[in-house]
Amino acid sequence: MREALVEFRNVSFRYGEDQPWVLKQVSFTIYKNEWIAIIGHNGSGKSTIAKLMNGLLFPQEGTILINNVPVNEETIWDIRKEVGMVFQNPDNQFVGTTVQDDVAFGMENRGIPREEMVKRIDETLTAVGMESYRLTEPHRLSGGQKQRVAIASVLAISPELLILDEATAMLDPKGRMEIMQTVSNVRERLQLTLLTITHDLQEVVQAERVIVMNEGEKWKEASPREIFAEKKELQRIGLDVPFIATLAEELKQQGMPITNEPLNHEELLEDLWTLHSKM
Amino acid sequence: MNNAFIIGQYVPGNSLVHRLDPRTKITVIFFFVFIVFFANSLASYSILTAFSLASMLTTRIPVRYILKGLTPVWFLIIFTFTLHIFVTKQGTVLVEIFNLKIYSGGVIQGFAISMRFFLLILVTSLLTLTTTPIEITDAIEDMLHPLKKIKFPVHELALMMSISLRFIPTLMQETDKISKAQASRGVDFKTGSIKDRVKAVVPLLVPLFVSAFKRAEELAMAMEARGYRGGEGRTKLRELKIMKLDIAIFILFAAVAAGLFLTRVY
Repeated sequence: MREALVEFRNVSFRYGEDQPWVLKQVSFTIYKNEWIAIIGHNGSGKSTIAKLMNGLLFPQEGTILINNVPVNEETIWDIRKEVGMVFQNPDNQFVGTTVQDDVAFGMENRGIPREEMVKRIDETLTAVGMESYRLTEPHRLSGGQKQRVAIASVLAISPELLILDEATAMLDPKGRMEIMQTVSNVRERLQLTLLTITHDLQEVVQAERVIVMNEGEKWKEASPREIFAEKKELQRIGLDVPFIATLAEELKQQGMPITNEPLNHEELLEDLWTLHSKM
Repeated sequence: MNNAFIIGQYVPGNSLVHRLDPRTKITVIFFFVFIVFFANSLASYSILTAFSLASMLTTRIPVRYILKGLTPVWFLIIFTFTLHIFVTKQGTVLVEIFNLKIYSGGVIQGFAISMRFFLLILVTSLLTLTTTPIEITDAIEDMLHPLKKIKFPVHELALMMSISLRFIPTLMQETDKISKAQASRGVDFKTGSIKDRVKAVVPLLVPLFVSAFKRAEELAMAMEARGYRGGEGRTKLRELKIMKLDIAIFILFAAVAAGLFLTRVY
């Protein structure tokens, strides 16, 4: 049994007494060093989950444990060391006047000595491939570059859990690729638990486990392949099914014996060119 | 378009003046402004002018650029000069046009005051020309540090300043975007009476304010997520250090000031 990092126990949340529940009795566990994804349409409560993990919001019912420590007013400062977050808007989370000032911000808040900061700025900017932009101002960076800096700023505090809360939603396809690339690189280098929150099914294929949220409830929890198999259901709850999955479905209906649920181009291709030997 | 985003009038460089600690620059300029008012003779003005021109030349910024930056002030300098020529009635009469008499005292006084003005503006503009806004912010934070004892929010003030500096270009880009979006919907910013043009600014400002508030809220959330909890126990990446160079400048400036007072005594 793997060690649990985050545990949600019957968590319910609403923004106000007279507001509808955003989360209804949600329970799940995130284990150390896994890559997990949460998907759901807008307003399904997925971003609220991220904010609850970091103590930016507190649940009305249920408990949240990070490393077996409950999240509450007293523990949030320690928990925020363990849980780093990258938000959606690249501009609105860039605090520093230059790239290195922004990476330093989180470390300054925690009173890390200057020499250590300089060292970690070097390390983390290299990890995200932004080392040559150290003195660049934010308005001279693209959205993807800004998000990479945001990832570096979080890594500088060496958290155990990195949450990407729709971090690619406002980027162009190139920026999106950059981020996904950076994230997988970083994961290879560091011991890191990764939580990606998205409404784009294409982004969950690399995850080990996917939690699908719908109307504030946990709708399903499974591997990406199992999730992709339920195209009709996904469409019903308002999620876009990736092109490859739709294509595979169509082919199946045409009588092609595609057994695996392909996640990407390569897998579908593999299925198709070995088709003849199967028949 | 990027050119318009240079905040203030900072000119990047690596001259001696650029490398000075911003606190040194602010202190020296503060006292310079002070001693300029003690100048009263040709010798004292020469000392001050020599000091200012020497500082200006060491910045290695083209003189023409600096003088161009002073354009709005020229008018003021000329205005004071003329005023003094006609108002001061001391010394001998130099010229008499109709009933207006111009006295020698007036010309001297006019020159002195304009010179004082010119030197003040020149030296203070050297600060913003050679120091980035963020360096100035750091210097102010450091120099106001003693005020913390009387609960003055020094850290918060400095953070506010640095965040505003960081968001100026972002909000300018946004303004540009909104004005284009509104222009495409038929808002006319360029023609019409002044009243019409002022009215046209409203559909620009309202969305800008709404988005600025939204940004502020998200930024606050992001800052909190990154462990921001006020100035207590914070360390700083940007460091201010007094070097030998700064001490040398202080000594030099003290010599200039001493020279100035000597001219008053003798």
